[in-house]
Amino acid sequence: MTPDLPAIFTRLRAELPAATLAHLRNPGPSGQDSLLVAPACLVAVCQFLHDSADLDFDLLSNVTGVDWPDPALTDAVALPAEGSAAAVGGFLEVVYHLYSTSRRVGPLVLRARSVDRAEQVHIPSVVAVYRSAEYQEREIFDLFGVKFTGHPDLRRILMWDEFLDHPMRKDYLAPDDYQYEPTPHDAVLEKAKQHYPATSES
Amino acid sequence: MAIDLKLAEDLKSQGVHVTSFESLINWGRASSLWPLQFGLACCAIEMIAATMAKYDMARFGAEVFRPSPRQADLMIVAGTVTKKMAPQVVRLYNQMAEPKYVIAMGACAISGGPFKDGYNVLKGIDRFIPVDVSIPGCPPRPEALLHGLITLREQIAKEKLLGQERARHADPKGPGDLPVPEFGAHDIEPAFNPDVWNPPSFTRDVSES
Amino acid sequence: MPELDEDQLLHVSLGPQHPSTHGVFRMNVLLDGETVVSLKPVFGYLHRNHEKIAEGITYLSSMPFTDRLDYICPLTNNWAYAQAVEKLAGIEVPERAEYIRVITAELTRLINHSAFVGFFLGDMGAWGSALMYAFREREKILDLFEDLTGARMMSNYMRFGGCRNDLPDGWAAKASVLVNEFPRFLDELENLVTGNEILIARTQNIGALPKEALINGGITGPMLRAAGVAYDIRKVEPYGIYDRFKFRIPLGTTGDCYDRLMIRLLELRESLAILRQALDQLPEGAYIHPKAKIRNFKPPVGEAYARIESPKGELGFYLISDGSAKPFRYRIRPPSFINLTLLEDMCLGLDLADVVLILGSIDIVLGEVDR
Repeated sequence: MTPDLPAIFTRLRAELPAATLAHLRNPGPSGQDSLLVAPACLVAVCQFLHDSADLDFDLLSNVTGVDWPDPALTDAVALPAEGSAAAVGGFLEVVYHLYSTSRRVGPLVLRARSVDRAEQVHIPSVVAVYRSAEYQEREIFDLFGVKFTGHPDLRRILMWDEFLDHPMRKDYLAPDDYQYEPTPHDAVLEKAKQHYPATSES
Repeated sequence: MAIDLKLAEDLKSQGVHVTSFESLINWGRASSLWPLQFGLACCAIEMIAATMAKYDMARFGAEVFRPSPRQADLMIVAGTVTKKMAPQVVRLYNQMAEPKYVIAMGACAISGGPFKDGYNVLKGIDRFIPVDVSIPGCPPRPEALLHGLITLREQIAKEKLLGQERARHADPKGPGDLPVPEFGAHDIEPAFNPDVWNPPSFTRDVSES
Repeated sequence: MPELDEDQLLHVSLGPQHPSTHGVFRMNVLLDGETVVSLKPVFGYLHRNHEKIAEGITYLSSMPFTDRLDYICPLTNNWAYAQAVEKLAGIEVPERAEYIRVITAELTRLINHSAFVGFFLGDMGAWGSALMYAFREREKILDLFEDLTGARMMSNYMRFGGCRNDLPDGWAAKASVLVNEFPRFLDELENLVTGNEILIARTQNIGALPKEALINGGITGPMLRAAGVAYDIRKVEPYGIYDRFKFRIPLGTTGDCYDRLMIRLLELRESLAILRQALDQLPEGAYIHPKAKIRNFKPPVGEAYARIESPKGELGFYLISDGSAKPFRYRIRPPSFINLTLLEDMCLGLDLADVVLILGSIDIVLGEVDR
């Protein structure tokens, strides 16, 4: 059962007046709208959703990152909040999918966005509320470079510690270890041209 | 010195077996290969299936999977080798005692397979350790693994113990331990071992297009 | 408890090459004698960049990659991904295709759970015998899959809006024979396992945690149900046509390793019940929606999260479409990975030998943990 997002939105407004929230509409057929939460009040919102006896969102099922490098794309796809100015220079986003096991409701989609993609990439960690975020936040730190403040053990999880890049970002360039292919095409053909000059051009 | 094959056959019919020391040693080695119990990915499931009742790898003397590399003579690289895993694979190879053999099982171990575009995927284990038999497939069927094993046995049976073309393990000046790659800032360093592998030198023929 | 002497503690690195870690998982364990003081898992030895690759190719091209996630159960992975794309693009699935999906998914569950019992007993030292029985049955089911999909393991079978091809002639009859014969194997396996004194001594009261901690840690699937939480996505959020079948959700009481083993054995019986009903009711009709687009498929702008009850737990796919032929974001919610969150909590204060057992009882597949 999908949660009643407008009701939850009004409820959060009443309970946490200081929280900055926005309701984002999903243009696609899935109908999964989401709630944009300002990073500063993310933990308070999660704590309320978890503790409130009648909402009871006890299972944080999925946490993931999204890289939005391009402001133009953001306006079209990333569901800008109503009335807010378009982001400049892109940002990193963390998406949370919450479920209630007792009420069988979900997913409630929360989103938090960083200020930019280079320096101000801090988002508070929700591990204190939902333990299931522990490894998933480490994965987002590893692959996207989001820094989770207050995480108990923020290290790389999939790549080795000496690794410097964040491979899931859209502008990541993989190391060039091209392997010869007999029938290259498209991007692979471009690589083949770099590594193996042609014998005859015609 | 070559054996007179006809004489050997005659003697055999009378219950006397004549063979060379080399053939005897190779026969022993080929008939009881002990693989390293070491599964990397999907192919490992088919490797396990090959040892189970229906395919029964024990028929070929290779069912004794050893958890320790010190006791194993065959490394079946069954699955995708990632860059994070590559140093451990080379280390395990170094820890195995000669004579040792390597089977690259499946497309990933041969060349990276479907995952070859991945930033953390090694494009073939042959970049770091010498491979004796490659088994294509994704994953290869258990029959294919058995066929690969039989191919390896045939190769072992032909090994020379003396002379210029002697096998690696019979050469006291053999290569010894292979260098283990290290984790770098963007990739493993070095990206391949030039003593074992070098990028193939092809020339792209574009005259047809 | 006396103060721990740092110099007396023993660091043990289990894995990545270790017979008990089910692949290339690694744990850095700190031991006081035989007792676990700290346990830190190390991931990433099979990180094959599935998500990054999937964001560079079309939606359908990712289908074969999902086979290689949890490589013991390719067909449930196919289903989870197909369902997410169907949600994203609003595609209908014909009835016959839904039945075929249920049948293949439950057969997959048979493979997974029976192999689990084999591997779990292997972790306890009974290497081989139980696994031989499980793999004997697996081969029979794989023969069915090979008839249907053309491959033993990597099926690449489901499509957005249905399945790739119809059931071959006589397939349903062959599947019925298998389903009717399977209980004999189950009886045999249970005889072999459940009353065994050593098994009970090794597994009871090992690795249990309270329900609330498990839910908070994101644990799903048989692990959660073993602790007595009635949470099975087939029941709470019936996807496909699961609301048409009559089946029960087995529940444990304590959530220790013994309960986890028994849950799997009981779920095998329920899967057989679903299979019997599905094979009986299997309707005629199209196996794929006639308007389903295979080439030049571009879902509308939007996002979707869809999940199924895979044999390991909640397997979800989260997709964001920017209207092009390639997904803008492709995320897998891997049950094996998230079920490991509480591994250290389960192992603290127990012996090293129990760590192997607890890891086995979580039922992980590294292809899914590291992706």
